[in-house]
Amino acid sequence: MQFASLSEFFSMGGYGFFVWLAFGVSFAVLIGLYWLGRWQSKKIKAGVLTELARIERIKAARKARQNKSIDQGEVTQ
Amino acid sequence: MIRVLNAIVKREFKLAFSGSFDFALPLLFGVMVISLFPLGVSPGPEMLQKIGAGVIWVSAILASLLGLEKLFREDFRDGSLEQLRLSGQPFAVILLVKVVVHWLITVGPILILSPLFALFLNLTPLMFEALFLTLLLGTPMLSLVGAIAVALTLSLEKGGILLALLMLPLFIPLLIFATSAVNNAQLQLNYNGQLGIIAAMLMLAIALTPWSISFAVKVSQN
Amino acid sequence: MWKWLHPYAKTERAHQLAGTLFPWFALPGLILFTLGTVWGLVFAPADYQQGDAFRIIYIHVPSALLSMSVYASMAICGFIGLVWQIRTCYMAIAAIAPVGAVLTFIALWTGATWGKPMWGTWWVWDARLTSELILLFLYFGIMALYASFEDKLQAGKAVSVMAMVGVINLPIIHYSVEWWNTLHQGATISKFEKPSMAPEMLWPLLINLLGLALLSGALVLQRLRNEIVMRELRRPWVINMLKEQ
Repeated sequence: MQFASLSEFFSMGGYGFFVWLAFGVSFAVLIGLYWLGRWQSKKIKAGVLTELARIERIKAARKARQNKSIDQGEVTQ
Repeated sequence: MIRVLNAIVKREFKLAFSGSFDFALPLLFGVMVISLFPLGVSPGPEMLQKIGAGVIWVSAILASLLGLEKLFREDFRDGSLEQLRLSGQPFAVILLVKVVVHWLITVGPILILSPLFALFLNLTPLMFEALFLTLLLGTPMLSLVGAIAVALTLSLEKGGILLALLMLPLFIPLLIFATSAVNNAQLQLNYNGQLGIIAAMLMLAIALTPWSISFAVKVSQN
Repeated sequence: MWKWLHPYAKTERAHQLAGTLFPWFALPGLILFTLGTVWGLVFAPADYQQGDAFRIIYIHVPSALLSMSVYASMAICGFIGLVWQIRTCYMAIAAIAPVGAVLTFIALWTGATWGKPMWGTWWVWDARLTSELILLFLYFGIMALYASFEDKLQAGKAVSVMAMVGVINLPIIHYSVEWWNTLHQGATISKFEKPSMAPEMLWPLLINLLGLALLSGALVLQRLRNEIVMRELRRPWVINMLKEQ
């Protein structure tokens, strides 16, 4: 242990501002990069799922229309 | 082979000088940039002498960047680059010739007018000599290395700024050695070392870049 | 060995492998990095010349070292990708470049905050600072080039070429800048590093280096997974996987 008290630790022998600026920004950037990746993967997944849901809906709608037209005895294409 | 290269050289010259004034644009750009510096920094002859080499070299780099943008563009658009590639002749050599001719047409005028630049910026005759030699050895390397980036960005619509971002970092060693040669000349010191290194870089570029350029063109042609 | 490696060139297997490896990089990385940082900040003795400001070294040196080796790894990926036509390698380049850029930025930033109290200025055109700045530009160039192509296969090939050109140039840039710097040597610059560090100062540095390397690896794996999924969106295995999650 190089520091007697917590406030001494934070002041870093007078260089506290620079030391914490260096470490703080570095950690922030690294964590930011990680969160960016997380957010990206979530966005991709959400995009794919909505796309899939859309395709499902279109299929269902088509089927419903087909059934309806068969019920009415019309010729479907 | 020689006949093919001859035809390519002739075609390049014909295209460059037929009507359009494009080949002179890099030169004019360079002159403009150089004449801005005395206005912006200070017209004092000593100051100009001090920054002269750097200013001329930076302008030369920017001017050749401007010229390089059009290096393969037209040939890529109208398909003649594809034809050249399929012609069965060694593509890398053809591209090397194209780059050299392009260098002659766009950078040649800058070399010819370099005494004027030296005059503008109050360089001594010794400094001018060093400047001319570094330009002579260095600018072909700019064209060769730049051509790789140009070839890679061929298929992109707006390649201009991207090109600068890709190329400028690669030109830094040349800038450093060239300006230091001129500074040595100012102090009447020997600058053979710098010239030797620039020549070595040029040799390396001649040996390695043609294949990289031809590969890059192939990537662009997909 | 090649037979064993080859299946991993397939994107699906690569995605799987990156997923399995991720915790093995992330957890030890996190533990080591925390250990090294706490050790460096709290327990390592203060430098007799620089006092506590020298503690910035525990983030500065690892990030600076890694920023260069990450660039080299990118060029190796490009070489493998071009020679054996492996798409996964192109995706790896796209994944590596932002991580390398962040490491380079950290090296520059911590260099500046270290320079201010020691040299009295945030920035000097010191050889190492300058070549690090150029390295940042090279990373930006790769990222911009990759982003500007619609066809990502073409983009991958283009950035592979660019990464290899860059890696040939990197030593030239480095030595030219160093040489330039000794010529223009300003009065303010002096080297503070002693030839050898005391072991109680060195250990946390080595631990942090390993920790940050593992963390960078984890970040690359994470980005690689994203990149693979983005490129392979239409493949059934991607759709099935996303549905299951």
